[in-house]
Amino acid sequence: MAELTKKDRMKIPRQDMPVQEPDARVKNFTEVALGFTQELAQLEAQRCLQCKDASCREGCPVEVPIPDFVGAVRDGDMAKAVEIMKSKNNLPAICGRVCPQEVQCESRCILGKKGEAVAIGRIERFVGDYELAHRTCDVKKGPSTGKKVAVVGTGPAGLTCAVDMGIYGHDVTMFESLHTPGGVLVYGIPEFRLPKSVIRSEIENAACALGIEIKASHIVGRTLLIDELLKEFDAVFLGTGAGLPMFSPIPGINLNGVMSANEFLTRVNLMKGYLFPEFDTPVWVGKKVAVIGAGNVAMDSARCALRLQSLGMGNAGPDSEVHIVYRRSAEEVPARQEEVHHAKEEGVIFDFLTNPVEILGDGKGGVSAMRCVRQKLGEPDQSGRRRPIPIEGSEFDMEVDQVVFALGTNPNPIVFVNAEGLERKRQGTVVANQETGRTTLKGVWAGGDVVTGAATVISAMGAGKRAAADMNNYLKDKSAW
Amino acid sequence: MYKILEKEVLSDVTKLMVVEAPQIARKARAGQFVIVLMHENGERIPLTIADYDRKAGTLTMIFQEVGKSTLEMGTMKVGDEFKTIVGPLGHPTEVENFGTIICVGGGVGIAPIYPIARELKEAGNHVISIIGARTKDLLLWEDKMRAVSDELIVTTDDGSYGRKDLVTVPLKEMMESRKIAKIWAIGPAIMMKFVSATTEPFKVPTIVSLNTIMIDGTGMCGGCRVLMDDGAKFVCVDGPEFDAHKVDWNNLLSRMTFYRGQEQAAIARWKESHKCNLDRAVAEGVK
Repeated sequence: MAELTKKDRMKIPRQDMPVQEPDARVKNFTEVALGFTQELAQLEAQRCLQCKDASCREGCPVEVPIPDFVGAVRDGDMAKAVEIMKSKNNLPAICGRVCPQEVQCESRCILGKKGEAVAIGRIERFVGDYELAHRTCDVKKGPSTGKKVAVVGTGPAGLTCAVDMGIYGHDVTMFESLHTPGGVLVYGIPEFRLPKSVIRSEIENAACALGIEIKASHIVGRTLLIDELLKEFDAVFLGTGAGLPMFSPIPGINLNGVMSANEFLTRVNLMKGYLFPEFDTPVWVGKKVAVIGAGNVAMDSARCALRLQSLGMGNAGPDSEVHIVYRRSAEEVPARQEEVHHAKEEGVIFDFLTNPVEILGDGKGGVSAMRCVRQKLGEPDQSGRRRPIPIEGSEFDMEVDQVVFALGTNPNPIVFVNAEGLERKRQGTVVANQETGRTTLKGVWAGGDVVTGAATVISAMGAGKRAAADMNNYLKDKSAW
Repeated sequence: MYKILEKEVLSDVTKLMVVEAPQIARKARAGQFVIVLMHENGERIPLTIADYDRKAGTLTMIFQEVGKSTLEMGTMKVGDEFKTIVGPLGHPTEVENFGTIICVGGGVGIAPIYPIARELKEAGNHVISIIGARTKDLLLWEDKMRAVSDELIVTTDDGSYGRKDLVTVPLKEMMESRKIAKIWAIGPAIMMKFVSATTEPFKVPTIVSLNTIMIDGTGMCGGCRVLMDDGAKFVCVDGPEFDAHKVDWNNLLSRMTFYRGQEQAAIARWKESHKCNLDRAVAEGVK
């Protein structure tokens, strides 16, 4: 293709990614967004103006050289695109699918000022999938240092840290409390958004190339303790995430049909409850489901509920409904744009400025309704978002038989048995240096949700990467504790 | 890993297994539990630890075949392996010398009460044990319980062995006639509910070990939550032992039935597929 002018590039519209149609996809758990073809990826890449001082890169928590890899895609040199990507991001097939690009790289794209930003995330996913299919860029273990590193947790933070430590030449052992590695990528994010095969392939590939040993079903804090790890390993990284669910302190939360999003999603994703009875773990869905919260986890829960209803599980019937009940307004919704868009397309009903105050029983142990109060927005609160205020006398009952709480999660305290000197904040997050990940306990680093509270996959990866760099310096005697 | 080293059929529906799990045996203590997963398609089942041997690196688990997964587990043989056993989970029993205490074990609950009775005995308590079952065939570990108890009372609901009574009857007699410092009770939820109701008027501190529906066992899913008089608690990380007098038993019993529809469908499907296998085997044998 002849070199395009800037004007030509700006004429190309932002390319949509092929998707499964809403009517079809609510009846299955296979991936919704099907990914760019090479033609679409190259066409979208043509839109990039290759800015000299590209600000998109500043929007990326792991500083992927975005114009460079997009340029390589445009030129059709996919192997090079993969190499550039992997210099900063080990898991592009995952990030391309789950990053909130619209508030990160794409929010900085110059094209977005007047029109639509380059679809960096979609191109990234294409590059990641190309690498999964072709494996053009093998990671290799660096010259062995003889140092032993324990990585606790196999989610995004732990995986990123482990891979970098392997590349630096250290012997890495990973510990996972569940029976399958991947952390929140496996138990939290549904198959239709991030296929398990993608995670498995990334983990197996990295583990095999770098000689990383993965010990599943090892609960640090129970099976093994942090002080024991410190005796056996030269450095310990805690990437244990934020796994503890929060429930509203309202009456009725222990009725049958009230559950955490963690439970609902774990039954569906990790245990494959949607394939019951072929898989043994049951999952139940109501006829009228209320998901409380409007983050990604809430969207995932609502969309899983829709699919289970389509499969005729639980109480599902012809007039089944799934609601997102959120105390703020559409403006403040924290979920990725694409997830909200997909959820709406699939028929999820959004009830904004609505807050549950009580869950009412049906007299048989189950749920008959949820008492809610309407809200209005007041002055901005600590988070900078306008504070929701209940409107007096606005109480009403919403007929539901299932309530799923997706109000966020806190770090799991189970990890911290026998970890004297490891300071934590009031909400249970670990105190760690933002740049290095060093905790207050010598030899222990931490990063990801366990430090920040529930956040994004990519910010956890960034933390894993920064910690790995500092751990490597420490282990190679380039820096003292 | 997690290989079955011994299997014992304690009754038609009660099986004992000794499994290889050195990492867990190293840490296990009375009152704790594990979660087992048979295979990739299986479900994670919480089982209380009946015994452990740190030197041999083994755990003893006793289970009753009540659902599809336990029925299937009952068909596992020596040499077979679990995909996963994880633990030890929950808090261990707080053991000290309280004086005269009672350990109540009902049905398959006799297994997990055994290590607790043993530790309490070793700590110097006068241990009175009351063990009961629906019928003689379902009674287990009488000898082992006798060995760690100063006094042992055996009951069956149908009178086929020992006293024809529910465990709560001798329990009440004991409290009426003796000074009891503390009581532990493990068994079916309904038994624990009635033990609690029996001991409450006597104000004898009573500890029960709850076995609710759970997935991960580490505080992540919250499915196991139980209503106490001071709010919801997670059985997996706050328990499994709780003050019996603070438990909302009706809520607990109701929550345990939540998946009953699917459980029964799974059992029916399992029995059907096994009948087919049996029919086939018989047919082939005849040929």
